[in-house]
Amino acid sequence: MKQLTHPSQLAVWKARILEERPVPKKTVVVSNGTCGQASGSLGIIEALGRELDRRDLRETVGLEITGCHGFCELEPNIVIYPEGIYYGRLKPEDIPMVIEKSILKNKVIDALAYEDPKTGRRYPLQKDIPFYRKQMRLLMEDNLRIDPNRIEDYILAEGYQALSRALFDMTAEEVIREIDSAGLRGRGGAGFPTGKKWQFCRNEIADRRYIICNADEGNPGTYMDRSILGANPHSVIEGMIIGAYAIGAAEGYIYVRMEAPQAVRQITIARDQARKHGLLGKSILGSEFHFDIQIVEGAGAFICGEETSLMASIEGRRAVSRQRPPFPAQSGLWGQPTNINNVETWANVPLIIKRGAEWYSQIGTPKSKGTKIFSLVGKIRHGGQVEVPMGTKLREIIYDIGGGIKDGKKFKAVQTGGPSGGCLPAQLLDLAIDYDNLVQAGSTMGSGGMIVMDETTCMVDLARHYMHFTQEESCGKCVPCRVGTRQMHDILVRITRGEGEEADLARLEELGESITAASLCGLGQSAPNPVLSTIRHFREEYFEHIKHRKCAARVCRQLIALPGQGARPAQRKAKKRQHD
Amino acid sequence: MDDLLREFSREQKDLTQILHKVQAEYGYIPAQAIRRVAEHLNTTENEVYGVLTFYKAYRLQPRGKHLVTVCQGTSCHIRGGAGVFDEMKKELGVEPGETTPDRMFSLETVNCLGCCAIGPTVVVNGTYYSHVSVEDVHSIIAEYRKRK
Repeated sequence: MKQLTHPSQLAVWKARILEERPVPKKTVVVSNGTCGQASGSLGIIEALGRELDRRDLRETVGLEITGCHGFCELEPNIVIYPEGIYYGRLKPEDIPMVIEKSILKNKVIDALAYEDPKTGRRYPLQKDIPFYRKQMRLLMEDNLRIDPNRIEDYILAEGYQALSRALFDMTAEEVIREIDSAGLRGRGGAGFPTGKKWQFCRNEIADRRYIICNADEGNPGTYMDRSILGANPHSVIEGMIIGAYAIGAAEGYIYVRMEAPQAVRQITIARDQARKHGLLGKSILGSEFHFDIQIVEGAGAFICGEETSLMASIEGRRAVSRQRPPFPAQSGLWGQPTNINNVETWANVPLIIKRGAEWYSQIGTPKSKGTKIFSLVGKIRHGGQVEVPMGTKLREIIYDIGGGIKDGKKFKAVQTGGPSGGCLPAQLLDLAIDYDNLVQAGSTMGSGGMIVMDETTCMVDLARHYMHFTQEESCGKCVPCRVGTRQMHDILVRITRGEGEEADLARLEELGESITAASLCGLGQSAPNPVLSTIRHFREEYFEHIKHRKCAARVCRQLIALPGQGARPAQRKAKKRQHD
Repeated sequence: MDDLLREFSREQKDLTQILHKVQAEYGYIPAQAIRRVAEHLNTTENEVYGVLTFYKAYRLQPRGKHLVTVCQGTSCHIRGGAGVFDEMKKELGVEPGETTPDRMFSLETVNCLGCCAIGPTVVVNGTYYSHVSVEDVHSIIAEYRKRK
């Protein structure tokens, strides 16, 4: 199918793809995202190809290469359809046996099937594995079916039908109303109602409006956005076209992090395909609506996740943030009204238009609707991308889906929201996760990072780690953030070296409060959170470092007693600080 | 350089993308390139220099033959990434941002590579190493030393 010039051609195209595509007896799906490749998926693909050629099975067995499925810990893995047999942590030498037994003889190889580490039970089918079964994968399920290099796969998964519906059956106002009544809130972290944001931008009188997809996912330990872009890029593009139609924008930008090369590559391929098929450009699907997307690759500055910095970066300038108001909806890119949403927010849009606000708003809690993808990582047994309805408890995510703590250790804390968020202790495991509950508990949703820690993680060292990060990434424009984070970092370094003083905790709290109150943008305003939340929930541990010069987690090297020696705190520096 | 610049507009919005291209071509941003880019965009060398030093991606010095990147993300950090990083500095004898005197290795850090469930992660010339332990550091580097 070449250019689509009428909405009805989508269905024709889909029918033709179905007709032309061979229907193999079996299909082997290989998860080939960044984690997969780092774990050896390319070797698995090569071994599969070799074995299929050797046995002359190319006609009867399909090989589908997809993006990330979410179960990163067990990469490289494959799923064999139609049965849905799942094999994880594969090695290339397993492949001949897989072909022999599971493809040719329809048998499950027990030794390769997933084993529940708690019960020892084997689960041969992907859908039965607790990690998958207990999720609600509205955005991620298609990752199992879509080769991100092929727009045809997205068309088969009902792709671009929401766009057709929005363009031809709905007015722009109706689209906004639908998104608003669905209750969709921004997935980048702030949780602002998406429909309202769109309406503000639409209300501005201007010749030119822009929309932006913020794919500068910089929070360490958070990677769902690049997985969506790498595995199902068209869902984001479709969401953006619908948004542009609703807002009245003719130009869109995707600002994507350069540290995610796979995401950059896949979104560029998808964008070019959408252009080629008349889904981007002039007269989309034959309508009177024109819209195109530019892709801008970031250059390694965390601050660019902040919207005013991101826009400065697109304009080719130093990415320093600026005062708001005016908000981007009033004066954004090149002074024009601009709407910025995060990758996951855009990916939710086609879903809402396709299945309706009423359906969508039944998922989640009264104030936070839909699902959220979390990057469940750290000292967790089954790390990966986890999609659950809002309102799911931390305990369910960490224990039921994530399989609990690694290596038989004990849960200590979970960090949510990245460098803007905080650490939640065991007492809060039954907290139902939504935007408001997390803020109340002293953390944030952020973009969905969830880093699990056990007793071998030192909370003071962790706070130092985050402060080091924000201090390095501060754009340097405003004093509270530039100087304040440096001061907090220096104090934390002293404490982890056994040079802390009792007054340090009060200093940290006071500094933290001023930085939060006085910083120009979100980076500074939230930078003290990891420190303040660990002081709030793990005050004892700070005391231990300061008073007893001890690090129970045995992380702070200067505080670990060597065999035969007592604890040997580093000598207090001879030169005392001036203001002491 | 002329061919490279021809692909881009003369507006400042293309500056970061031009710099990406220059670095892909030369491995770093040579001083002469700064002048040429400034001329092309009708701006000052100061402006170009200011922008390129703001971002972590751009290098003003050529890098070594092999680029070693150690992830400093939080997940890698709590899984032992700090030890891996220290060991890597010892193994190569340089600090991040530096190149070994024989120009074989450049060491860099990254804040997160987005494969957090399999950390600590080290990348050498685009090849990802997962679950890296302190003991693995030597053998990873030895592999590239052998290649010369």
